[in-house]
Amino acid sequence: MAAAIEVDQLTKQFKLYKEKPSSLKERILRFRRVRWEPFTALDDIRMDIEAGTTVGLLGHNGSGKSTLLKCMAGILQPTSGCVRTVGRMAALLELGAGFHPELSGRENVYLNGSILGLKKVEVDRVFDDIVGFAELEQFIDTPVKHYSSGMYIRLGFAVAINVDPEILLVDEVLSVGDEAFQRKCIDKVRAFQAEGRTIVVVSHAADMVRQMCDKAAALEHGKLVANGDPNEVIREFRERLLKSAMPAEDMSPELARSEMSPMWGRVKITDARVVYADEDRDAVAPGESMQVVISLEAPDPVSDVVVAIAVYGSMGWLVFGTNTQVHGMDLGTIEGHRTVTFDFPDVPLLDGTYALTIGVHTLGGLVYDSWEQLRRFEVAAPGRDIGLVRMPVSIRLNEPGVDAGRSQ
Amino acid sequence: MAEIAAPGRTFTHRTTMVGQIREIAAHHELLLNLVRLELKAKYKASALGFAWSLLNPAMYLVVFYIAFDVILGGGIPRFPIYLLSGLLVWNFFTAALNSGTGSVVAGSGLVKKVWFPREILPLASVGAALVHFFLQLLVLIGALVLLRHPVGWAELPLLPLALADLILLAAGLALLFSVANVYLRDMAHFVELALLAWFWVTPIVYPFTQLNKALRGHSIIALANPVTPLVLTFQRALYGEFGKPPVMPPNLHFTWYLRNLALVTVAVFVLLAIALRVFGRLEGNLAEEL
Repeated sequence: MAAAIEVDQLTKQFKLYKEKPSSLKERILRFRRVRWEPFTALDDIRMDIEAGTTVGLLGHNGSGKSTLLKCMAGILQPTSGCVRTVGRMAALLELGAGFHPELSGRENVYLNGSILGLKKVEVDRVFDDIVGFAELEQFIDTPVKHYSSGMYIRLGFAVAINVDPEILLVDEVLSVGDEAFQRKCIDKVRAFQAEGRTIVVVSHAADMVRQMCDKAAALEHGKLVANGDPNEVIREFRERLLKSAMPAEDMSPELARSEMSPMWGRVKITDARVVYADEDRDAVAPGESMQVVISLEAPDPVSDVVVAIAVYGSMGWLVFGTNTQVHGMDLGTIEGHRTVTFDFPDVPLLDGTYALTIGVHTLGGLVYDSWEQLRRFEVAAPGRDIGLVRMPVSIRLNEPGVDAGRSQ
Repeated sequence: MAEIAAPGRTFTHRTTMVGQIREIAAHHELLLNLVRLELKAKYKASALGFAWSLLNPAMYLVVFYIAFDVILGGGIPRFPIYLLSGLLVWNFFTAALNSGTGSVVAGSGLVKKVWFPREILPLASVGAALVHFFLQLLVLIGALVLLRHPVGWAELPLLPLALADLILLAAGLALLFSVANVYLRDMAHFVELALLAWFWVTPIVYPFTQLNKALRGHSIIALANPVTPLVLTFQRALYGEFGKPPVMPPNLHFTWYLRNLALVTVAVFVLLAIALRVFGRLEGNLAEEL
């Protein structure tokens, strides 16, 4: 297969200015005293993206994934190395495509068309499709500076996909806009895949990458750390995420001490471990059991102890939370080293990385110690169900003539 | 898979001048579009709309006419014709440089989001200024026809060359200033100030002979200003050999103007080459700096 995008030894450095003179006057006054440090955002990236594939670029914030996409789009120029692209390319970076705020939606559509190398007649041909897709019929002659951010994004996406690009670069934009529009975008992206166009998506949502992409690549601190099959890349990505989330030796008390409570330190969390059902795997499958073992240390006897646990999803939602008090449990007097085990016999979650927050506090809520999302666990679903929770479901085909929904 | 002739592109830190020019040429549709949009955006929210593009120079004309001809008594016959044939050149030059200097910063919304040869932005400002130039030229031609003014027929054929030089000079400077303005945001003020001084050392409201006299005949100093030969050519061709004694130096003819233009042409190409080189070097970081 021919490569649609070749990234060859791409390195991108930014200048981090200490104090940057931005006017001629300042420049002259402090001549030669501009201090900056190089920051390597991308370090010797090599990857080929085959024509017709959908590739997901994974990485957490600051990993360089968006910078890489911008280099592919030609917006940032490499410090060394190069990017070669074949075919018309449309890019959707952050919020919408490039629009001129003073101009109307209509003028911007034509402007964008000509930026992408289309002639006026070619834009004429797809103009109605663009406006229809963006659902902006009434506002198309309004200057885009009056558009809401949703309208802006809709128009940007509509232009990008209707100008017949061979390569589409998308940066997280699918996560904005209302649900109906999101669905429409995903449908369109699927259609693009079916037509054999090349798509590069940047995301930190591993699940979306797993669902949509044929290939994936993970970036960390500007380096390409995994590239290939999405499932393997996602595993690698999550492992690294887990490692990086591990606190340095004495970082957690340092961090937590900031939320000083009068009871602080009378009971300490010394460890928290996630124990999966299958010791050989580092993930739990839906329906399997999982334990969280929390080690506590109380230098002096304390009789007023509640241990709490909360599970957060990757987007920061609270998925579940409970504590010993809610479960009517009295821990009695704690002295010295003790462990508390939270036993989850049936984890009803689907694919994803979940974070655990653990706290120890008095019955009245004064905190002894807390670990905010310092532990994570993985759920790896073998099935193809999507979403957050595994809802028990059975499906049947009803007899002809039986309309189960209305028969009652 | 069959290799189809798809538009391929390589992004590196190296740019070649030929590559730059090729990309600019490939985006001529975008250039025209931006010129149209710049003209449109400029007058969109104004009541008089496009008329402003003529009102502004008309006002200049009236003010200078009153100040120099009526009050100071400059003694140049048909002063408005004389003035306009030089002012035409200058108006284009200032309009192109003023809007060109800010063009990349103004277009940051595009620069940060999509790739296209960024040279297009200052060039579009030059293009928009050119449209105004032709409008003003039409007004002047109308006046010439109405007054049956004796133009300098011999020097008329030099106008296309002078205009080409003028466009390239403005393009080169606009390229340099626009990219400098990204790094040093007060570039625009500097350009405005420099243009003010530049205007008064160029023989537009006063005749070249006067300037020459002030320079004690060292016309070479006056001609080192690249706008001067261009202005002189326009004045000689449009205002002609008018007045007694003639306002334009009577002993200078076609070959003298041609020689000046040839020198300007050489200078302008050197400038353009430098400007493209500098722009090419700096354009890679524009998206970061904006």
